[in-house]
Amino acid sequence: MILPPAFQDWFARQGWQPHPHQLALLAATGDSLLIAPTGGGKTLAGFLPSLVELAQVARPDGYLGNREAARGGLHTLYVSPLKALTADIGRNLARPVAELGLGVRVEDRTGDTGQSQRRRQRVDPPEILLTTPESLALMLSYPEAPAIFGGLRRVVLDELHALAESKRGDQLMLGLARLRALSPGLRVTGLSATVEDPQALAGFMAGAAPVTVVEADPGPDPDIAMLATVRHAPWSGGGGHHAIPEVLAAVKAARTTIIFINTRAQAELFFQALWAANDENLPIGLHHGSLAREQRARVEAAMAAGELRAVVATGSLDLGIDWGAVDLVIQVGAPKNVKRLVQRIGRANHRYNAPSKARIVPANRFEQIECVAALEAVRARDLDGDPRGPGPLDVLCQHILLTACAAPFDADALYAEVATAGPYRGLSRADFDACLDFAATGGYALRAYDRWQRLMLRGGLWHLRDARAAKLLRMNVGTIVEAEMMKVRLRGRGGAPLGEVEEAFAASLTPGDSFLIGGRVVRMDAMREMVIEVTPDPTRQPKIAVYSGVKLAMSTQLSHRVLALIGDPSRHDALPAQTRDWLGLQAEVSVLPEPGLLLSESFPHAGLWHFALYGFAGRNALQTLGLLLTREMEEEGLGPLGFLSTDYALLVWSLDPLRDPAPLLDRARLRAGLGDWLGGNAVMKRTFRNVATVAGLIQRNMPGQRKSGRQATFSSDILYDTLRKYDPGHLMLRITAEEAGRGLVDFGRIEEMLDRSPRREHRMLDRVSPMAAPLLLEVGRVPIRGEGRERLAQIEAEALMRDAGLEGIA
Amino acid sequence: MSGYVFDFHGLRLEAQASGVLWWGAGGWLVVADLHLGKSERMARRGGPLLPPYEGLATLERLAAEIAALDPRVVVSLGDGFDDLAAAEALDPLVAGALARLAQGRDWVWIGGNHDPGAPAGLPGRAADSLRLGRVTLRHQAGQGPDISGHFHPAVRLAGERRRAFLLGGDHLLLPAFGAYTGGLLQDDPALAALVPQGLAIACGARAIPLPLGRRRS
Repeated sequence: MILPPAFQDWFARQGWQPHPHQLALLAATGDSLLIAPTGGGKTLAGFLPSLVELAQVARPDGYLGNREAARGGLHTLYVSPLKALTADIGRNLARPVAELGLGVRVEDRTGDTGQSQRRRQRVDPPEILLTTPESLALMLSYPEAPAIFGGLRRVVLDELHALAESKRGDQLMLGLARLRALSPGLRVTGLSATVEDPQALAGFMAGAAPVTVVEADPGPDPDIAMLATVRHAPWSGGGGHHAIPEVLAAVKAARTTIIFINTRAQAELFFQALWAANDENLPIGLHHGSLAREQRARVEAAMAAGELRAVVATGSLDLGIDWGAVDLVIQVGAPKNVKRLVQRIGRANHRYNAPSKARIVPANRFEQIECVAALEAVRARDLDGDPRGPGPLDVLCQHILLTACAAPFDADALYAEVATAGPYRGLSRADFDACLDFAATGGYALRAYDRWQRLMLRGGLWHLRDARAAKLLRMNVGTIVEAEMMKVRLRGRGGAPLGEVEEAFAASLTPGDSFLIGGRVVRMDAMREMVIEVTPDPTRQPKIAVYSGVKLAMSTQLSHRVLALIGDPSRHDALPAQTRDWLGLQAEVSVLPEPGLLLSESFPHAGLWHFALYGFAGRNALQTLGLLLTREMEEEGLGPLGFLSTDYALLVWSLDPLRDPAPLLDRARLRAGLGDWLGGNAVMKRTFRNVATVAGLIQRNMPGQRKSGRQATFSSDILYDTLRKYDPGHLMLRITAEEAGRGLVDFGRIEEMLDRSPRREHRMLDRVSPMAAPLLLEVGRVPIRGEGRERLAQIEAEALMRDAGLEGIA
Repeated sequence: MSGYVFDFHGLRLEAQASGVLWWGAGGWLVVADLHLGKSERMARRGGPLLPPYEGLATLERLAAEIAALDPRVVVSLGDGFDDLAAAEALDPLVAGALARLAQGRDWVWIGGNHDPGAPAGLPGRAADSLRLGRVTLRHQAGQGPDISGHFHPAVRLAGERRRAFLLGGDHLLLPAFGAYTGGLLQDDPALAALVPQGLAIACGARAIPLPLGRRRS
């Protein structure tokens, strides 16, 4: 296809030249993947072929009246990870559609779309429908799906790089396989930011035919550097507050700035500190995922209207609406991941072919090294990223159930269709059958009843046994499993919602406690049902809200770069002077970690022995290693009392010294420990909860659930324990164990650490080493579980009894 | 023993850490809300297919209590079964375990809202309520003093939710014993109305008493 004259004129009227990659997509005959930086007209590139086709159908001979007869039904489906993005795209498309006189309907269909519109769309779909992976999965579960999608010509997948990072991407690819089956000849266009392996992403979205990769000109190198600060970064912590004056000065000098911070709690604190120093009252906003939707929407609107000079944000702004006016990005705290850093930098200056400007603020000494390493990687255009694993089976279980909601299906045909989806290309028939068995009967070894049937085989096809189940299944579509959250509201009738905190954090609050949310300090008054009522109380020191949940670990590649930089003193010139001196001292007192060497140290401090292991394997893997090592130390009678893990190191404290860690770091021994002991750990239970929820064993949403007032649900931990005891071979446990290799448990990276470190060196020291010193100041200590937890509960209860004047009655 | 001993209208009782109530003087063991057959009922009604092992898990825990205390009388305080059909369709393994536990003791099924009436073909006898001195044993709290279940009470302690006994002036509420039972927090209006002041006794490795009704949360 070439750009028709009417479109050429339209481009000319805007004063635009079509980008080469926009024309390349137009010329493509099959599926294609466009890799382009932000600001490259990516979305228009994705829609251009659709608009041209729709225009041609509309006026084959210039006669408008022919239009309705010549087409009809859904032509293009656009899928984005964000609801907000679909609305924005809808507005952006309205202009070319109107100005080109295409007369096509563009509508969105998300969780926010009203019932009547949904119903109408099922009967009379628009030409262009904008949606999310979850809404697509839902639409595919309706019996009308073949009618809606049977004439579909094109699919546009936006921000595919982001979708591919989670199970949402797997679900989307299963949906895409279904769409390709419903409408053979469908053409798919993926749109992605810069990624490390475009071919892998192309394979992810491919069906039977290969995908053509179109790479846009990446543009000039970004203007990126560390932000020079008067005060040194502290030894530990992640606040970045030492840089407040310089950050404010940078905000003042720029037009609009996004300040990225890694966790919500840190974003709250930084925002507060920034305002405390904001003498000129520059309009600065806050944006993160724990804030109430209304509040986030207000900040987004103010940003779009150019009313804000800066916004402090977490990953909640990694994707989303292009704000053309952003000309500076500041990353506070280590970037943890080079690819994400590059994508964040791309948020600055959405003018194509102008360099993006970004500044990085390392929050502590270790992070200074990490930032230098990350800047080197950015300049070398060396992106990181772990290869994607095979498509997860819990997502497949959900897909099978939703498929049955649409219509009875043939197992052979469904297997064949699923195996055309990129992530499931290697799926064995045995695994598919295990998922089908789970979906149909629960998949239990001990199955005494014919009542355990959700799907039944009748006439060669799998049917939903009870049509009512479809409603329940549709209510639980999706692969995003949130932690249990509690809403926070201002006290009083119709009190304004402020946001949400994790239930575990809420449980630790007592009335009168203060915490930070939405940039202000509030006092907890009462907890009712699932709502915490608060009053503003700016005079108090807040308790830190630890609702950060999952912490992002430093990427493997960046860890390697950091280790290489530390281990090579000839490159230390690139580091700030005080960091250089710190590493120099470490080399004198102990030894510097370096590639190939796994260094550990034992030393006494504050009456306890400490063991530091410089593993550079990311915080999740080192946390797992901490759990495994302390268990071994407990067995050896060393009296471990607790540990903490960072991205760089593990620190364990104990009554007696660990003199020879080598036997404990044996790979087989660690793996055995993972199997039998970690199995009962909270991290594994959390993994199981996610898996069981996605697969449909646990249902998050039940009709009328909140109305009864009675807690109908029970903890997923009980299901986990029950299955481990009575049905250890169950599919859900198998999937949980597979997930444990990555993500929160990240055992794979412990193995990677051992593999890349043939040399082990253990130093017995008489005092804290320079590298260990900052670890002693870190927060996030994990007490050893077991007796400790019981003791903790008892102490708290005794204190309460004492306060209540009830001591001694037990 | 890891229980918590207290007096309630002339009865010396012990809240066991497991969630059962023990009246040592008469050798009575009282247990609430076993909800046997819950997974079967959910599966039957088109709900999620939960692992069908909760009956075994529940009875194994109950067997440990019975072995330790050797009660003369065992009282199920209602909702022993998730519904009557579940009671009748009980897994033979679970039914067998139940028969062994009941052997040589008086076993009383008090009817609950899930299982009104007597379960057929199972050991023991049915009753609407029982008297123990001045105290009534029934499923759902009524005219006090009484001992009841039904609400599945729970408390928050050290950041965790634990099943709990609630001990007030007129009412003693037992936690649910069944494996697949949720919990209702003690500050829920329904519970606060019954036990506005008193003690909660949290279950776990030990029975841990804590004060109630002093606006803790």
